[in-house]
Amino acid sequence: MKKFINDPYDVVDEMLEGFLDVHKKYVRKLDAARAVVRADGPVDGKVGVITGGGSGHKPAFIGFVGQGMLDAVAVGEIFTSPPPLACFEAAKAADGGKGVLFLLGNYAGDVMNFQLAADMAKAAGIPVEQVISTDDVGSGPKEEAHKRRGVVGAFFGWKVAGAKAAAGGSLEACKAAVEKVNANTRTLGVAISPCTVPAKGSPTFTLAEDEMEYAVGHHGEAGTAKINMMTADEVTEKMTLEVIDDLPFKTGDEVAVLINGLGGTPQLELYICYRKVKQMLADRQIKVGGSYVGEFFTGLEMAGFSVTLMKLDDELKELLAAPADTPCYKVLP
Amino acid sequence: MADTISAPRMLKALEAMCDIIETEKDYLSELDGAIGDGDHGVNMAKCFREVKKKLAESQGADMSTLFNNVGMVVLNSVGGAMGALYGTFFLKMAQESAGKGELALSDLVTMLQTAEQGILDIGKASPGDKTLLDTLAPAVRALEQSAKDGLALPEAMANFAQAAQKGMESTTDMLAKMGRASRLGERTIGHQDAGATSCYFILRALASAAK
Repeated sequence: MKKFINDPYDVVDEMLEGFLDVHKKYVRKLDAARAVVRADGPVDGKVGVITGGGSGHKPAFIGFVGQGMLDAVAVGEIFTSPPPLACFEAAKAADGGKGVLFLLGNYAGDVMNFQLAADMAKAAGIPVEQVISTDDVGSGPKEEAHKRRGVVGAFFGWKVAGAKAAAGGSLEACKAAVEKVNANTRTLGVAISPCTVPAKGSPTFTLAEDEMEYAVGHHGEAGTAKINMMTADEVTEKMTLEVIDDLPFKTGDEVAVLINGLGGTPQLELYICYRKVKQMLADRQIKVGGSYVGEFFTGLEMAGFSVTLMKLDDELKELLAAPADTPCYKVLP
Repeated sequence: MADTISAPRMLKALEAMCDIIETEKDYLSELDGAIGDGDHGVNMAKCFREVKKKLAESQGADMSTLFNNVGMVVLNSVGGAMGALYGTFFLKMAQESAGKGELALSDLVTMLQTAEQGILDIGKASPGDKTLLDTLAPAVRALEQSAKDGLALPEAMANFAQAAQKGMESTTDMLAKMGRASRLGERTIGHQDAGATSCYFILRALASAAK
């Protein structure tokens, strides 16, 4: 393992120390538990939008705490869900009197710990709703879509929920908007080299020089198959076809496209892949109403990328375009 | 050989539990690495080091306080699915032992039944899904049977630990239906579940309180 770290057990706290100093204009850490919240929160009369999960996904999750996006994030160890107390303290700190919305990926630990936190929050008189995202088409058949992993498609959920909440939306309205995002978003990922969890010290999977892990998860979970290396156009086409067929996205639809780097793939390559997706959508007369290329949700140093499409309507377009000001994502007013 | 377990006796067993987890951490990570993300041993060890510190401050505590102290640390130190499940397990044991001095076999049956139900409620798994429940459920059934048969406490707890071990071993042939391992389907057959294994170490340590 070659990494710029100190004690493997200290990576999350040491990262936070640096992050909090750089971005103190936006965020602060709670004293009671490891949760990062808006520096100016809670915002009175606004629904609190909360997520959380294991660390190692920079800029997710804490990079998106700020105006128009997330109010609080419960911070776990690397790839390990945060404990209920952190989720509950995040909820308390984000509650502006209109309740809180928990947004989580579909991981057993996250679901359990947030459930325990929801029980604590309700007991403390804070209304709680939650949406579990399931956008990864590579993690299960369509008939069992509720069992699929939630991956980078959650970024659209955070943006939309944050915008809806900032516009004064009720807890129910914010929840409904994110449910609409999840119902209309599909993602598929591929990796060409694994990641190493510092406390474990060895890679999450191994690949031969000419192999890819197809339908990989963002913790380096093994995908559906190891396949031979392809060109950017070939693999992007294979992935995008699967994503298009799953919803399905049809001629005349308008979509947002998100090409997410998994941590070790240069932007140069991501733009090459984006270009192929754009061509495929143009061939099918699917309009691109928003394009996102870069690192939104990584798996440490894993090299790979994912293709996400979200079918848009007027409400989603408006919420995506609404202002946001966070350490790692900004939309100018 | 006694027919009840005192709080100091249980404290010793809980300390032994922390030592077992520390000793077995590499084995647990190795099992987890085969079909999970390989950090189970590391996270369990980190968690039970905190438990051990808390136990050092728990001399003289009553039974319920002991379990509550353990449960709160397990729940809120490391996180993960294991934190939620084992945290719930110990907190339910605390809840059912409230107001009790020494534990008789009938008390342990009630405590472990409630703890099992807590894990069923939060984890949503069923026996046969290749989880820690496949260790816990048969162990609790064995304890119920021992109580029904009127066995003495040490014998009943020995049966409990033995059933836990068999349950743990039975996960080798199972197909994972919960958690990250479930995405691997058939590839999970032939590997003993890491959670079922750590659960066995926990239950074996509890049983040692009756020796």
